[in-house]
Order: sequence, then structure tokens, then C-alpha cells
Amino acid sequence: MLDLYSPGHSPLHRMRPAVKMAALMVGATLLFINQSLAATTAATLAILALYPLAQLTLKQAFAQIRPLLWIFVLFFAVQWYFSGLTLAAYVVLRLAALILLASLVTLTTRSSDMIDTMTRALSILRPFGVNPAKVSLAIALALRFIPVLAQIMRDVREAQKARGLERSVIAVAMPMAIRAIKMADDISDAIDSRGYRS
Amino acid sequence: MIELQNVSLSFSDRQVLNDLSLTLSERRIAIIGANGSGKSTLARLLNGLALPTSGDVLIDGLNTRKKGRDVRRKVGFVFQNPDNQIVMPVVEEDLAFGMKNCGFSTAEIAAKTDEILARYDLSDLREHPAHLLSGGQKQLIAISGVLVMNPDIVVMDEPTTLLDLRNKRRIARAVAALSQTVVMVTHDLDLISDYDRVIAIDEGRVFADGPPAEVIPAYQELMA
Repeated sequence: MLDLYSPGHSPLHRMRPAVKMAALMVGATLLFINQSLAATTAATLAILALYPLAQLTLKQAFAQIRPLLWIFVLFFAVQWYFSGLTLAAYVVLRLAALILLASLVTLTTRSSDMIDTMTRALSILRPFGVNPAKVSLAIALALRFIPVLAQIMRDVREAQKARGLERSVIAVAMPMAIRAIKMADDISDAIDSRGYRS
Repeated sequence: MIELQNVSLSFSDRQVLNDLSLTLSERRIAIIGANGSGKSTLARLLNGLALPTSGDVLIDGLNTRKKGRDVRRKVGFVFQNPDNQIVMPVVEEDLAFGMKNCGFSTAEIAAKTDEILARYDLSDLREHPAHLLSGGQKQLIAISGVLVMNPDIVVMDEPTTLLDLRNKRRIARAVAALSQTVVMVTHDLDLISDYDRVIAIDEGRVFADGPPAEVIPAYQELMA
């Protein structure tokens, strides 16, 4: 999902972000309501079929779930042990389908369009003290900085590995936290200096 | 014109800047100094990111203490690490961020985005995720994000520190071509050899102030 938007002019790219996000909500709900392995398999295949329609390759589809493969293996093993093979396959397939569907939306929708849509949707919460612009900025910042934090994590791990401390959680967590806090200060200054009105 | 009037700044019990009075009217101004000398703090005073403990900073007559928002529209700020300055996930969204905040119309945003990307030969990166750019590309996008807001003055805090030689030269060429007043905080003495004025800061005070040919040798002697 961190690959974000993949530029294109497919029917899915042209579809309104609100429609895609609503379809994602409905699709995710149906995936969770449904209890049948056959229906979940059919849904997964249908979602995969949408990738070529969106001018995306199956390789790109696989790239969306690859970082979570170890979680799938863990879920599958635990479910198989406690509930049997069919339920294990159903749980993992449902999770994969959900990620593929969410990724399809992020790959075909600019984050700015997604954020604008969320801002409009969240405006109904304004009477309850919610500032939609702030929530939207927080979402945009999360999308922007998750890969940056992941890179910092890799740098810190590498540095600690060079000192033989790769197994120490504190040796990784402390520098990570300090750099993240310093970075948050700088980002806050950068947002201020570019005229953001909170 | 930038004016610092008897400016001092301290953080808790540490005096960072001590009674600075400067008038900056040149087109290319460099601020140099050792780590911890106060040069970055001085740069941050110029667009109101930091406020003086005593004294005043005036930008074209606007006091940063009272007119922070107006000052920030006049003074763009480029940070050392572009990763901390690019706040949106995709290049064109980041370029639009500052313009949206300043109330530019959609048509203006599109036109200025086209223009700045073409100027730095980055048009192919328009829809590129920011985290996948190279260091040099990120710094150019960070500078572009500031320039599209039409500032009169651009303050840069060590913009070439994290870059290789090729990208340093690329940024130097981009800065040299700017029509705006530039205040450059740097350790890179080659970058500022043709500047109009160089100010060397040491322990929160002006140690030397004048043309590069005078100030740089004096600074090198101090650092020897």
C-alpha cells in the first residue's frame, strides 16, 4: 500500500474517489459478513481481475501483499491448528482480498483526491469539534512519513548491527524515538513556514 | 530589506545569539560558522520560526514577532533535510501544499506547478511518490515548494550538506539563477565564493562581516 498512486487513465483511475472509497467500505463489509470459502475465493479472483482493468500488473498486486506474507503464514498456522484447514484458508484469503481491494483504491486514486474526499466526508463531524482539515493533514503526513520512518528504522538497525547490538530492543528503539521526535519538530516548522493555518 | 535590531536569543540558560544588529540588503548573503555557533538559529529568526528573546527582526518593515504569517509569505525557508520539508506523499501534491495554504486558485496552482517542474527538468516526476526520489531530486522539490509561493527572500539552512558533488553543483546552479534575495547558511565555502556578503558567526556574535575574499580567510584562520 506504500507504493501509493500508480499514474494511469484506466476506468478505475477516472472513477470518482468517493465512489471508490464507498465501494471499498461495502466490499470490506461484505468480505467480513460472508462465511463461505468459495465466495471469498471468487471475490479474491474478481478483485485480481480488476488489476489489469486498472492497467496494473499481477506483479504489482503481489507486491501489495508480499510484506505481509509472514503474517499470513502465522495466521494460517494458528487457525489450522485450532480450527482446521478450511477456516485457516478462509481467514487468510479474506485478509489478502481486503488488502488487494484497499491497494487497488490507493493505486488508482491520488492521495490528494482521497484526502479531499475524506475532508468533505468528515465535515459532518464539525459540530462535534472535529476539524476535517487537521484530520486530513494527519492522514497525508502518515502516508508520507511511514516510508521515511521505515528507512530510519533500517539505518538505526544497521548502525546497531555494526556495534553487535542488533538483538537489543532498547538500542534500536531509543535512537529511533529521538530521531522521530526531532523529525516531528522539523516537519512542524516546515508546515508552519509554508503558510499552514491550523 | 532585513533588519536585526539588538537581537538576543537564549534557550533556558544557554545564550545562542548575543546582541546582534545587522542590516541585510544585498542579493546574495551567506552566514557561516562552526556547529553550535548560532547560524541556523539566526536563519530561523528571519522567517519567524524562532523569535528573539530581546530585540526585533524586521522584514521589509514587518516585525516577525507581530506579523509572523505575513513574514512567512515574504520569506521562504529551505531546510537541511528535504525529507523533513516535503510533507505530502506525491511531488505535485507537495508543490500544491504551500500554494493552497496561501489561497492560490486551482488554475494558478496548476500553472505554477508546470512552470517550476519544467524549470528544474523534473516534469517526469510530477506524480512520483516523494519517498522514492533521490537526495538531489528531493532537495530540488523542497526548493521548488518554497519558490512556487513567490517569496521575496529565500533562506536556506545548509541545503547541500546531505548531497553528493553532482547534486551540490545542481543546487548551486539553481540558487545562482534565483531572482530573489538569498540568505544561505552553509559550511560549504566554495558555494559562497561569489556572494555579495559573508557573515561569520562565532559563539552567538558576528565575528567577521564583509565580502567573501575578506571573511572566508579570517574564518578559516579562526577554525585552524
